[in-house]
Amino acid sequence: MVAPTLAAIPLESAIWAALHDVHDPEIPTISVVDLGVVRSVTAGEGSIRVELLPTFVGCPALAFLQDAVAERLREFADDVRVDISFAEPWTTERISEDGRAALRAAGFAPPAARHPDESRDLRVLPVLPVAECPYCGSRNTTLENAFGPTLCRAIYHCADCHQPFEQFKEV
Amino acid sequence: MTTAKETAEHRLPTRQTLLPDLPVFDATALDHGTRDALAELLLAMADDEFICGFWDSEWTGIAPLLEEDVAFSSLAQDEIGHARLLYEMYGRLTGADPDRTAFLRAPEEYRHARLLDHPRTDWAFSICRRWLYDTADAIRLAALASSSFKPLAEVVAKIRREERYHLMHLDAWMRRLAAHDGEPRAKLVAALDTLAPDALTVFTPLAGSAGLVLAGVLAQPMTVLAERWSLEVGGMLAQMGLPKMAFGRPSADGRDHSQPADSFRWLWGEFTSVARSEEGVEW
Repeated sequence: MVAPTLAAIPLESAIWAALHDVHDPEIPTISVVDLGVVRSVTAGEGSIRVELLPTFVGCPALAFLQDAVAERLREFADDVRVDISFAEPWTTERISEDGRAALRAAGFAPPAARHPDESRDLRVLPVLPVAECPYCGSRNTTLENAFGPTLCRAIYHCADCHQPFEQFKEV
Repeated sequence: MTTAKETAEHRLPTRQTLLPDLPVFDATALDHGTRDALAELLLAMADDEFICGFWDSEWTGIAPLLEEDVAFSSLAQDEIGHARLLYEMYGRLTGADPDRTAFLRAPEEYRHARLLDHPRTDWAFSICRRWLYDTADAIRLAALASSSFKPLAEVVAKIRREERYHLMHLDAWMRRLAAHDGEPRAKLVAALDTLAPDALTVFTPLAGSAGLVLAGVLAQPMTVLAERWSLEVGGMLAQMGLPKMAFGRPSADGRDHSQPADSFRWLWGEFTSVARSEEGVEW
């Protein structure tokens, strides 16, 4: 087995750190790293390969993210390739704790905890009806619309502080 | 609108044309028969999602509630996104260009199920058709979730997570309309009557589907999926107190458009109008 060169490890860490500067254009408070859409970073001789997982298949921000990631990493290598991967589905569990805090601070409820998935029943949804109000913390909230201003957002209403808010949709 | 030459000179230094969303995959392990059958299945599925998405988009701006305007526009965006991936996968297997496949075929060449020929009509009709289709799509996707053709299984895993929201939304509307005697329920029953004969066209047997089952690409043949659908839909209709429907069996010509329906010709005219206005131009 060939040990990784000493230089390779810090370069990849530097790349991951740089990717924190790239933000989701639809929810600018969260970086692509905290959103969990970066699946892998591989740095070779003068080249970098990044794999991104799409949040939603029809997400129009995906091409933008590919470009923004490539642009940000150009200082590390001339040859930067940003690929889309479906090798594992992006799920809301990939959002980091920092990412959840950033969502909350921006008035978005982070996705609710996940239902045991892949049920054989077509009609068991991985959606919990409870979203925590990002304004007052109440769990006395109702889903108003599973479809919001972007594919990844659902609209809720808080019965305690009467504030409508958006939740990052659990997938 | 600009010509390709002007665009290259004036565009901001960002993406020139959209790169494909689908990762590169290796299909050399598939024998010719399986590859052709898989291509046929992918085209049928892509056309279903594409046409369904365009009918959804016909509600944008005029849905009965603002919430539904948003919901149906999102549904349309989801379905057209799914179609795009499936057209790309079809293109990788056949060499066909995904944009040309989507927008520059003649109406006779589309392979969507006849269930999706019906026009938008009224709200109850759109809800009913979408619910019948989404239930069929969910069953079809479940049969592909463990596909031996891994690139498809991966894409299906992603699509299923989104489609669950569609089914949840349509279930809620079906219950709401069924529970209100008078106009809502009457319109829903009328829609069911009109749509029932075409409902199983989603499971129209394809030429190579037996081979796909043998190769482990598709878990069960279309006829078995159709039976599962009939049980599922029959059970739900009974639960909602709606009349029992005779759905029959999938017919061989359920995806045949050699004589396109007027409603589909009209929709085709709409969704291809931009692509046909000046072929090959970059927008």
